[in-house]
Amino acid sequence: MLNNKDILSTIHMIDQEHLDVRTITMGVSLLDCCDPDPKAACRKIYDKITTSARNLVRVGEDIEAEFGIPIVNKRISVTPMALVAGASNCPDYVPFARAMDEAAKAVGVNFIGGFSALVQKGMTAADRKLIASIPEALAVTDVVCSSVNVGSTRAGINMDAVGLMGETVKAAAERTADRGGFGCAKLVVFCNAVEDNPFMAGAFHGVGEAERVINVGVSGPGVVHHALKKVRGQPFDVVAETVKKTAFQVTRMGQLVAREASARLGVPFGIVDLSLAPTPAIGDSVARILEEMGLETCGTHGTTAALALLNDAVKKGGVMASSSVGGLSGAFIPVSEDEGMIAAARSGVLTLDKLEAMTCVCSVGLDMIAVPGDTPASTIAAIIADEAAIGMINQKTTAVRLIPAPGKQVGDTVEFGGLLGSAPVMPVHPQSAEAFIARGGRIPAPMHSLKN
Amino acid sequence: MRAIVTVIGKDQVGIIAAVCALLSEKNVNVLDISQTVLQEYFTMIMLVDVSAATVPFARLREELAAAGQERGLDIRIQREDIFDAMHRI
Repeated sequence: MLNNKDILSTIHMIDQEHLDVRTITMGVSLLDCCDPDPKAACRKIYDKITTSARNLVRVGEDIEAEFGIPIVNKRISVTPMALVAGASNCPDYVPFARAMDEAAKAVGVNFIGGFSALVQKGMTAADRKLIASIPEALAVTDVVCSSVNVGSTRAGINMDAVGLMGETVKAAAERTADRGGFGCAKLVVFCNAVEDNPFMAGAFHGVGEAERVINVGVSGPGVVHHALKKVRGQPFDVVAETVKKTAFQVTRMGQLVAREASARLGVPFGIVDLSLAPTPAIGDSVARILEEMGLETCGTHGTTAALALLNDAVKKGGVMASSSVGGLSGAFIPVSEDEGMIAAARSGVLTLDKLEAMTCVCSVGLDMIAVPGDTPASTIAAIIADEAAIGMINQKTTAVRLIPAPGKQVGDTVEFGGLLGSAPVMPVHPQSAEAFIARGGRIPAPMHSLKN
Repeated sequence: MRAIVTVIGKDQVGIIAAVCALLSEKNVNVLDISQTVLQEYFTMIMLVDVSAATVPFARLREELAAAGQERGLDIRIQREDIFDAMHRI
């Protein structure tokens, strides 16, 4: 029989330390839904999603009940919509977002991702139409998420797309001004986007993926934090080892759930993404893990080193636990979704510049950060360019999810509620980058992209 | 299918009897049982076989939880696989 201590430790992790499966995400290819008639294409999209995922929520709930492990979200990711909608003869792609929204609601999932375009090297006519449709699409739908990949280590950075996304982020905020610019919480600008990420808002089903696939995202900042409390004051080797062991356990649990969901749904298992994804709940914060390592407040000197250790140890533990680790896998640092980050940002210790440094060593990027509503589009584009440059040079995924909160100033707070939390409005540099963004063109790929 | 039943709460007369009665009523076989009382805090862990259970797993889970609530105890049942996955290589 199992060791009683082990059994009780699992129960303690679930009960007291917020251990959960953050999401079961079903990827669905929509490549066979292309049609010159947009209405026919939307119907095909609706039918394919609702047929593929009709049992997803029920299976998720069954697994939750049998294993006693909370499964917080059930989600769907689809083929980047610009690739599907491009075949249709229509001026804008908002109806495609509506079809996604209706299908997602019909099957009861929390979010659907993939209103996306991959434009790292250039934009097709369809990509341009999709990007132009984003603000309206995010305003008139509830659960649709959008992402645009503007750069990669192989291709460099498409600065025309970066400039366009600066304006798109602004427009998405203004179009949802009545909800604090909520549209922007569902919009991610990527560099080196991954094709199998189960987490929102950046999930899409890559073209290299199968017809359907099950990806699972696990979480567990609370579990790591709790484990580190037991080794307070000990050297970093011990810290790294402790994080690895915890990540191993969490990943094994995720893999079990993923295999079970895959078998029950008859859909191949893709990857486990072991990201430390915080929530606004007390005791579920990545910032507090960094502080547990000995920092007075997250954002002070030493934060980048602490995060680097954490991110790396999480991956190492996970790789030992599953041979199918993928997605983003690392530590997320979304400001509004992390109780400790919110506190650090409010106190002024955690700044945008420090967050940018942290994104060099964490798994994604500048995430869920509110900035003043009057921030110029060119400044937002310049922030995107900086972040994309970090991703391009370091061969990692980076992303920007900024909310230029309409009518808000530094010191105000934007409330999103639920897992999205609340974001203190953070200052940006007032000096202009307008002439920089106006240049357009492409930042060439770095030397180390030439590996062949 | 094997599952783990855990009962955690303040010690009182008849906990084991009550849980076993409920399990036997549903034709759930108890394979192993262990319990400790630490400072009036009662912890019981049972390994059970639910293959021949007369009710679905979800129902069993609800009834156990409800029986626990009546006595101020936390009773849960989870498939054994989850503990195996997390604690065994």
